[in-house]
Amino acid sequence: MTVLAIADHRRGDLRDVSYELVTAGRQLADATGGDLHVAVISGEVDEFAENLNLDGVDAVHTVENGEEFNHDVYAGAVEALYGELEPAVLLMPNSVNGLDYAPAVANALDLPLVSDAVDFDYDDGLTATREMYESKVETTVDVDAEHVAVTIRGGEWPAATNVGDAEVSAFDYSPEGELGSRVLGFEEVTGGDVDITEADVLVSVGRGIEEEENLELVEELADALGATLSSSRPIVDAGWLPPNRQVGQSGKVVTPDVYLAVGISGAVQHVAGMKGSDTIVAINTDPNAPIFDIADYGIIGDLFEVVPELIEQFS
Amino acid sequence: MKILVTVKEVAEVEDDFEIDGLGIDEAYLEYDLNEWDDYAVEEAVQIAESGDDVEVVSVTIGPERSEETIRMALAKGADRAIRVWDDAFESVDLLDVAAKTRLLAAVVEQEEPDLVLTGVQASDDGFGATGVSVADAVGFEWAAVVNELELEESVANVRRELEGGVEELTEVDLPAVFTIQTGINEPRYASLRGIRQAQRKEIAPMGLDDLGLDASALDSPIELTGMREPESESDATIFEGDAEETAAQLADVLREKGVGAQ
Ligand SMILES: Cc1cc2nc3c(=O)[nH]c(=O)nc-3n(C[C@H](O)[C@H](O)[C@H](O)COP(=O)(O)OP(=O)(O)OC[C@H]3O[C@@H](n4cnc5c(N)ncnc54)[C@H](O)[C@@H]3O)c2cc1C
Repeated sequence: MTVLAIADHRRGDLRDVSYELVTAGRQLADATGGDLHVAVISGEVDEFAENLNLDGVDAVHTVENGEEFNHDVYAGAVEALYGELEPAVLLMPNSVNGLDYAPAVANALDLPLVSDAVDFDYDDGLTATREMYESKVETTVDVDAEHVAVTIRGGEWPAATNVGDAEVSAFDYSPEGELGSRVLGFEEVTGGDVDITEADVLVSVGRGIEEEENLELVEELADALGATLSSSRPIVDAGWLPPNRQVGQSGKVVTPDVYLAVGISGAVQHVAGMKGSDTIVAINTDPNAPIFDIADYGIIGDLFEVVPELIEQFS
Repeated sequence: MKILVTVKEVAEVEDDFEIDGLGIDEAYLEYDLNEWDDYAVEEAVQIAESGDDVEVVSVTIGPERSEETIRMALAKGADRAIRVWDDAFESVDLLDVAAKTRLLAAVVEQEEPDLVLTGVQASDDGFGATGVSVADAVGFEWAAVVNELELEESVANVRRELEGGVEELTEVDLPAVFTIQTGINEPRYASLRGIRQAQRKEIAPMGLDDLGLDASALDSPIELTGMREPESESDATIFEGDAEETAAQLADVLREKGVGAQ
């Protein structure tokens, strides 16, 4: 059984999930004694191919075409590669770019799509583990098909590191006709005064705070602790704090000594930005909130009762 | 111009709940409009408000109960709504991306919108794939995770929010499907007047027949086979007691870590 994994890169660097895709792909290929093929599309493909020549990879296919991700190119190239290799499993990342081409590829190839897989097994067919209801429930799905498209969640498989001896070859593909979308450039989200990535202690506030007025309470706590204030996404979406305070996948990655999550559920995109903190503390009313899975210390309780007491302790 | 907005009624699980077989007992579920779709509706309504002759049609796949949710879209300014449902759906545990695509693509083909807006993902099943899949099925262009949208004559200029605070600026040919990210706008609350008006707006029910489909449209090789509470990997120390006691224990730990020391 052949597995084909599609690497992810941006602005000259392979993204971490590319190395994780190799581990995940090898896991599936091992289950059936098959081959793992990896493809890398656009950018400095030869350089990427060197990095993707990892233990467990049988072949690397390079598709030269433009510098950066364009979903029309990706979709076309993956479909062409699929036609050639007919992999049983087509593995793609559940990254923002993955979200932008994987569903189109699955539809075009008439493949069932299992998105955001966090684990899988292959016996007679694929059994994948996915989360539902904002990570409160874990499900298994069985796929009764000879071919399947899967996108994997970043950070769930260890990154492959050891150099291998894969066969590297160029795959000839160029899109037909005009592209329906054109990437014009990139911009860094800026603005604001504070660099939360520099802080040793972060008090981070989430939707549990309910109202903008209530932010004062956590500001007071941050002051009392000598900490910097950060937040989950909904607080920024609501315009209560500027974008440079947002922790997470689309915000900042922070690694403070202490991260105090107040009224934050711990959605995967939030955790992506703070799981590297030394000590994680959570205050949340919901004992099942996923934040407790990565917390070192927790209080299951109402922030409106706990935070004032905590302020008291430090003043 | 016609804008089609897909909306989904999502189930939210209460803090304490029980799993019963392949589902969660209704007693522990609350239903609401999917957060990401709320922003998609707002974006459509804002486009309609800034131009002449824009019709906003919202479409949902859901049982009769979901009319409550779709009325939220109507109350916020959508002109009319379509609700896709069929008795055949009752026995389906998991409507996969391909099945949703077949249903929504059939609606797009009937309505012939110039623009389709969806949420990036639904908070319950979390596939994050339907919008882009539908785009491919109907031959529209698309962009996923859009947090800014400006329409011109035959193209849209969008920003896609990538990871790590980087945005991509992309020009997309129309017609297109855009999956909308939270933060693109500020969703309005439905006004009382809006809510009253919504009562009079049309919610057209559509079954498989109406869409030119049959029960095979729901067939899926993906079967839900297990549901459980994730095993907690937590080795967190949970402080016990009332607010004062737990805060005091936490304060001790924080001080130990040097927090608050001037
Ligand atoms: C492509 C993409 C990128 C994203 N990027 C990011 C990102 O960078 N950062 C980010 O944070 N999110 C991001 N998200 C959003 C993410 O999926 C979640 O929606 C978000 O993190 C939820 O924020 P929250 O935890 O504050 O809110 P919720 O999930 O609503 O959680 C609120 C929590 O507060 C608790 N609570 C309520 N009342 C109280 C009380 N009185 N006392 C104590 N606790 C209380 C609740 O039990 C709940 O656990 C992204 C999503 C997508 C699709």
